[in-house]
Amino acid sequence: TKPCGRRSSSFPSLDPPAGFVQELPYVLVDCIGGRYGVYEDHAEFLKKHFHLIAMKEYLENKKFLSKKIRAIYMWYHKPVIKEELLQSLPNLKIVASSGVGIDHLDLNLLSRYGVKVSNTPFVVSTDTADLGMALMLASSRRLVEGYQIAVSPDTEYFPADWLGAEVSGATLGIVGMGTIGYKVAERAKAFEMKILYHNRNQRNKEEESAVGAIYCKKIDDLLQQSDFVLLSVNLTPQTHKLIGKRELELMKPTATLINISRGLVVDQDALVEALQNKVIKAAALDVTYPEPLPRDHPLLKLKNVIITPHIGSATKKTRRLMMENMVESIHAGLRGLPIPNEVLL
Amino acid sequence: MKNCVVSTTASVMAEEELPGVLILDIGGTHGVLENLAPLLKKHFRLITMKEFLENKKEMSKKIQSVFVFECRPTVDRELLESLPNLKVIGNSGVGVDHLDLKMISNFGVKVTNTPHAVADSTADIGMALMLASARRLVEGCQIAVSPDTKCFAVDWLGVEVTRATLGIVGMGSIGYKVAQRARAFNMRILYHNRNRRRKEEEEAVGAHYCEKMEDLLQQSDFVMLVVNLTPETHKLIGKKELGLMKPTATLINISRGAVIDQGALVEALQNKVIRAAALDVTYPEPLPRDHPLLKLNNIIITPHIGTATVQAIRMMAEEAIANMLAVLNGQPIPSEVFPK
Repeated sequence: TKPCGRRSSSFPSLDPPAGFVQELPYVLVDCIGGRYGVYEDHAEFLKKHFHLIAMKEYLENKKFLSKKIRAIYMWYHKPVIKEELLQSLPNLKIVASSGVGIDHLDLNLLSRYGVKVSNTPFVVSTDTADLGMALMLASSRRLVEGYQIAVSPDTEYFPADWLGAEVSGATLGIVGMGTIGYKVAERAKAFEMKILYHNRNQRNKEEESAVGAIYCKKIDDLLQQSDFVLLSVNLTPQTHKLIGKRELELMKPTATLINISRGLVVDQDALVEALQNKVIKAAALDVTYPEPLPRDHPLLKLKNVIITPHIGSATKKTRRLMMENMVESIHAGLRGLPIPNEVLL
Repeated sequence: MKNCVVSTTASVMAEEELPGVLILDIGGTHGVLENLAPLLKKHFRLITMKEFLENKKEMSKKIQSVFVFECRPTVDRELLESLPNLKVIGNSGVGVDHLDLKMISNFGVKVTNTPHAVADSTADIGMALMLASARRLVEGCQIAVSPDTKCFAVDWLGVEVTRATLGIVGMGSIGYKVAQRARAFNMRILYHNRNRRRKEEEEAVGAHYCEKMEDLLQQSDFVMLVVNLTPETHKLIGKKELGLMKPTATLINISRGAVIDQGALVEALQNKVIRAAALDVTYPEPLPRDHPLLKLNNIIITPHIGTATVQAIRMMAEEAIANMLAVLNGQPIPSEVFPK
């Protein structure tokens, strides 16, 4: 007989009926531990729910494991899923992907193999909105530069004519007013910012007035009026290079571009040129394409750019919640129940 | 001699008839910013320290006000004794801990500051420091641009700001604006102040009063200092207070360096008694280049930029000018500061 699976009490609705002995489902992960793998403390929790199989183990014992694996736990885009993998996992039912972005997945391919997909859209929203605000404030007030002055061995005095620009009372244009964009608007309102937004669909009146946001049907209107342009769209064929040379030129020369969506939403070469020629004042990017940028990339040399290493959801609490959401989605997917956070084509 | 009627434009008045205002300098490393000079010249005859020292006999009688910008010029007894017609020291900025209020008052000279002009930009810097520290923004930037970076590690984490507890020590204008901003991040807000705010004010930002600062320190994930520097607040945060804070907490200072016992802070950060600190102010400014605070990796320091925005600098000058003119014209003074 197989050992009885121990269930965590956080998911009582998913506990097996008493007395029912069942093997833990086999779930494929890339690796556990290290700088790029599933966190060790997460793995402890995961092992109460699943029989985790690391990629290395799978490749060493494909014959036996390939039929066992019913789910893939995709942590930060790993393991990479290609058709070859799908072909060799006949019982794969669901891929749970961490984070909200799913631009790294071939949804059509997965659908053809009858594999469902889930992400973690809501838990990442507050941390990502917070980071958007952090980047806007840091850029506007020249925080990173200021820090360098404060600690530099060459600093003898603090210059009086060294100034940043005010965030309070400025105009923020939010491109993409989904969950994350809306939370940015809620935060920006408290800084008495004027808020413009552009979105595929206009939000309803109550939502707009709750944050004082004004809809710009044409993105051009938003670009021309904003002191800060914040990108919080998801990456799709429609939003690929949404911000290019034309859009950058529509922006004010005193404006700052903030990107917390995906690197490919911005035409990076056009951005480099715009920053070099002071077509816009500055940029603050949590995302680039690729990540990291090649070490000789011009964006790394510009003084009027700050770049963070894609840390939009990088807090302990949020990553834990992401993991728990993914466990829930996998359980539901394996039982044929409605899948929380399912990504539909 | 009549007081200058300053409601008429300066073009009507000969420059010599305008009241004299002493400044350190225009431009240069510590002088009044060049674009502020025209604002001052509208209402005053500008006299730089150099001009004054070169021609004390004539200039000393003309000077009715001193515009103190970034703590300069230094207002000492010698200066006060040499300015018989001095009526007002107009400080740019809200902090006046660099001025000897009692001594100045003994000369019959009034002191004014600019509490309204500084509030938004200083509250913004408080929020910027809290977010930057929590999310390890400066470290992150260094990783993103470092020549050694090959991959972004997935286990590199900061701490949440949303829904965390913020303890505001000093709930004046600036502290209250911090609370307004923090509320939008769904933060739980505690505050400690000499006096409790009105119920409506508390409810508007969801702030809970902590009569004892200890209670605030023990419960907060972020402690932000927004008091002014007085003998009572000197070294307000010392070894005991740091020991009361959570080991996961961050200390943010946007008030004055001397509010913190810096030696105790160094020790607390080295021994991980608290998680991190983010300071816009230190004592002195800048710190000596070999100061231990500069070597710690769980600290961000900014070079006293709380009001360093184009907008705030201009608003401070305008507020200081309005205050100085009110004194010279015998009108109600918007922001006079009195010695204790």
